[in-house]
Amino acid sequence: MLAFLHQVLSGLATGGIYASVALALVMIYQATHQVNFAQGEMATFSTYMAWKMIDSGFPYWAAFLLTLVFAFVVGVTIERVIVRPFYKAPVLSVVAVFIGLLLIINSLSGAIFDYTIKPFPSPFPSDAWYGSPYLSSHEVGMIFVTLMVLALIFAFFRFTPLGLAMRAAAENPVSSRLVGVRVGWMLALGWGLAGMIGAVAGMMTAPIVYLDPYMMFSVLLYGFAGALLGGIDNPWGAVLGGFIVGVLQNLAGAYVVGTELMVTVALVIIVGILVIKPSGLFGRTIVTRV
Amino acid sequence: MRFRTSLLTAAALLALAGPAFAADAPGVTATEIKIGNTMPYSGPASAYGVIGKGETAFWKMVNEQGGVAGHKIDFISVDDGYNPAKTVEQARRLVEQDGVAFLFNPLGTPSNTAIEKYLNQKKIPQLFVATGADKWGNYKDFPWTIGWQPSYRTEAEIYARYILQEKPNAKIGVLYQNDDFGKDYLAGLKDGLGDKYAKMVIKEASYEVTDPTIDSQVVTLQGAGVDTLVTAATPKFAAQTIRKVYDIGWRPLHFMTNVSISVASVMEPAGVEKAVGLISASYGKDPTDPTWKDDPGMNQWRDFMKKYMPGADLADASYVYAYGVSLTMLQVLKQCNGDFSRENVMKQAANLKDFELPTVLPGIKLNTSPTNYHPIRQMQLEKWNGKTWVLFGKVLGGAGS
Amino acid sequence: MATLDTSRPAAAALFAGLSLRAWKVIGLAAVLAAACVLPFTISSYQLLLANQVIVYAVALLGLNILTGYNGQFSLGHGAFYAIGAYCTAILLDKTGIPYWATIPLAGALCFVAGFLFGLPALRLEGHYLALATFALAVATPQLLKYKDFDFLTGGVQGIVISGPDTPGGLPLRSDQWLYFFCLLWTVPLFVLAWNLLRGRTGRALMAIRDHPLAASSMGIDLARYKSLTFGVSAMYTGIAGALGALLAQFVSPDSFDLFLSIRFLVGIVFGGLASMAGVFFGAIFIEFVPNLADLVSKAAPQAIYGIVLIVCMYLMPTGVMGLLRALGHKLGRLVAR
Repeated sequence: MLAFLHQVLSGLATGGIYASVALALVMIYQATHQVNFAQGEMATFSTYMAWKMIDSGFPYWAAFLLTLVFAFVVGVTIERVIVRPFYKAPVLSVVAVFIGLLLIINSLSGAIFDYTIKPFPSPFPSDAWYGSPYLSSHEVGMIFVTLMVLALIFAFFRFTPLGLAMRAAAENPVSSRLVGVRVGWMLALGWGLAGMIGAVAGMMTAPIVYLDPYMMFSVLLYGFAGALLGGIDNPWGAVLGGFIVGVLQNLAGAYVVGTELMVTVALVIIVGILVIKPSGLFGRTIVTRV
Repeated sequence: MRFRTSLLTAAALLALAGPAFAADAPGVTATEIKIGNTMPYSGPASAYGVIGKGETAFWKMVNEQGGVAGHKIDFISVDDGYNPAKTVEQARRLVEQDGVAFLFNPLGTPSNTAIEKYLNQKKIPQLFVATGADKWGNYKDFPWTIGWQPSYRTEAEIYARYILQEKPNAKIGVLYQNDDFGKDYLAGLKDGLGDKYAKMVIKEASYEVTDPTIDSQVVTLQGAGVDTLVTAATPKFAAQTIRKVYDIGWRPLHFMTNVSISVASVMEPAGVEKAVGLISASYGKDPTDPTWKDDPGMNQWRDFMKKYMPGADLADASYVYAYGVSLTMLQVLKQCNGDFSRENVMKQAANLKDFELPTVLPGIKLNTSPTNYHPIRQMQLEKWNGKTWVLFGKVLGGAGS
Repeated sequence: MATLDTSRPAAAALFAGLSLRAWKVIGLAAVLAAACVLPFTISSYQLLLANQVIVYAVALLGLNILTGYNGQFSLGHGAFYAIGAYCTAILLDKTGIPYWATIPLAGALCFVAGFLFGLPALRLEGHYLALATFALAVATPQLLKYKDFDFLTGGVQGIVISGPDTPGGLPLRSDQWLYFFCLLWTVPLFVLAWNLLRGRTGRALMAIRDHPLAASSMGIDLARYKSLTFGVSAMYTGIAGALGALLAQFVSPDSFDLFLSIRFLVGIVFGGLASMAGVFFGAIFIEFVPNLADLVSKAAPQAIYGIVLIVCMYLMPTGVMGLLRALGHKLGRLVAR
């Protein structure tokens, strides 16, 4: 029983990582109705910038804030310069562009910052969390930060006119333009905000997994799974989905099939759930009009 | 049939290559030796690409110093993306298009397996392959293929024998990467523990390189009652393991693969005090261990890096590896005495006698013979004291050959 | 080359007295003739590259049938390529079956695998299908190296096999024979696909892609078509995998990682969706651009690859065939004037 609890706790810690990336994916999906495969690499690159600043003497929070600004600018720039020309291109061409972006940013991270792992500081106390040695205080802190970001996103889309305009721009660009929403800038803004959320995810993840060019590559996959499992149009669902994926993976590895098939079984279960509930556990079911 | 085919291909090649090639020494002209190499510059293993870069710089240095026996080295290193199908293609390009004399230090166990048969059929040396698998000393079936570093399996066997001696009632747990690297440690432990394996190893837990963390595996191993942990993980996961084991208040006797004993990229990220008591076995000097701060051998390497790889990451042990294996190659070329035919290069590669490298531990010598294709087969146990690795016991050789 | 859409008015336009259709037939014949002469004019290494392009083209055709024609998104076709390759390798390694007989068996196995995978996938669309197929690509290497299958798959070590020898009497080198062997599979597979896609079935597939609701109200059995398409698509890619195994003479879990599936997707997008000729351009792209990137930069070859990919997509948002079609239409209008 105790062992079971430990598995669940460490699953929640990993799930927190997935949840934070899932949020970035939800952000960009809400804003552009696209899933950006390069999201994870952008987050890694931003985290490297933070590392570089801290390494050269900046205080943590100053580096944190500057990195958010950097990530926002990079997000907006990528949308304006690289993604913008594909506004009318077929979906799969856009996917190919995202794959290209992923390869470019991943390769640059390695070429600029080398491949040896880098320790990344945590803003939280370094001792184990007093409730249990199985969650470090950083992991608890990260879960807290993720929930805060979640609340911010929720409030942003729900209560601010800008959030509403962004959702409208993604949902129905033509009508939005007619009512005066500047659709182009809404999309760019969505990229910028998603970049920022990704940077937060990166800076929260790096103290746990160490910073290297591949840090977010697999996290993105499970974050994607979490987002879809919870419902990609629902930030609450996405976060919950991330936690479920983390715990599910641990339990599958520890009790079902052993670690060699852990990933396979976790994915089979996720896909199985989606087959039964095709729009995710908490997603809106979309009714198609003829 | 097959033989005739190769002959035909070889003939066609010679015809294509024209007069630049002496019939008895392909890839060698009066002024130049062409050496081929495959590396994962792209793809999932691109972190190892630095080995190729280090080697390219090394041969540049050799050329600036006048080359070998009046020959400049044309080192052609190409990307295989760690995909064996691509390695096959690139190896054939090197041999058939570029006309290299032989292949030196191609990286990766699957990649080398994919080209081993082709190269042996054509009698092209495949020298000092960059993999820690055990099978690269099979001089009977593959006389043109030779390994370099001690195999992972030998290393695991050393741990097994140490455990049998020091802690015969150990409850062993293994944490391994789910690929050929990790599974070689299971095989080595089986070799060393023999029929006691089933009784002593109470839990095996694997992780995938795509897993973000190994927390669940560590918790599983602790929960199973393991008191002796053998970890076969790459640096990122090794550092995570050391930290997690410590943080959950677990204090097993912990053996760490020598792939992940770098002070700068494993011990320091994990927390130097959290690793105290860790045991490993080593053959090379770690560039970031204070023990070798003023070591003349390592300073030789540092001078090389300063001049030919300015700005490179000096904490990356792959550069030390590249330097050491290239020095071995240089020694073979020197021993060739101007006869760079494939036969002679292979003969000299299998004729290293007590060769010493500045980058390996004192007392470890490289030896090869026509019936010994494992140049380095010795290692020494070492323990982490919180600041540096302390060697103990005598230089050991694995029983596996 | 082989995509024909006779309903389009431009197709009826005349060039130098011959219909577009006739020109296409002539072009096709010329390409085929060139393909037969090719192995006698280039080096053994270049022939290997050409052969790899052909094999990739078959794999891409499989993916294009599913994604381009039927609109089902797959990020996991590397899995079927792997199944085909392992099927051939295991049969050659463990049984006395001749190499040529392993190809149809690999195809059949992949058809079944694809069909079965297509059944649950029926309920998934868009991103969800992408996730499911992506999961397949992630799971495949894990299953291939799973310890309980070691006795078949060789585990992490993979399987080394021998390539085919030239059948007695033919005056060909073994690599030339292998090339013709691949060609002997490729041509019928393309003819079969062409027959399948140009008629009733092809129209049904595209109707499902463009408007599933309307298609089903017209009496098209969505479930049957979609899962069968998955099966056929997997069969093509699986046969390509089997041929690829003969070419590399080695299979291992590392040969079939996630990137393979992603490269396939890049290939069909670059060549042009829903185009049979496009897959050859796609195959050329995924085979040669990595080599090109390696020449340009050892430090960051993937960055070069990514840049080339994005620039190509920028210049040809609908792929090479999209561009050629647009040019063809312009030409057609000019001639008609």
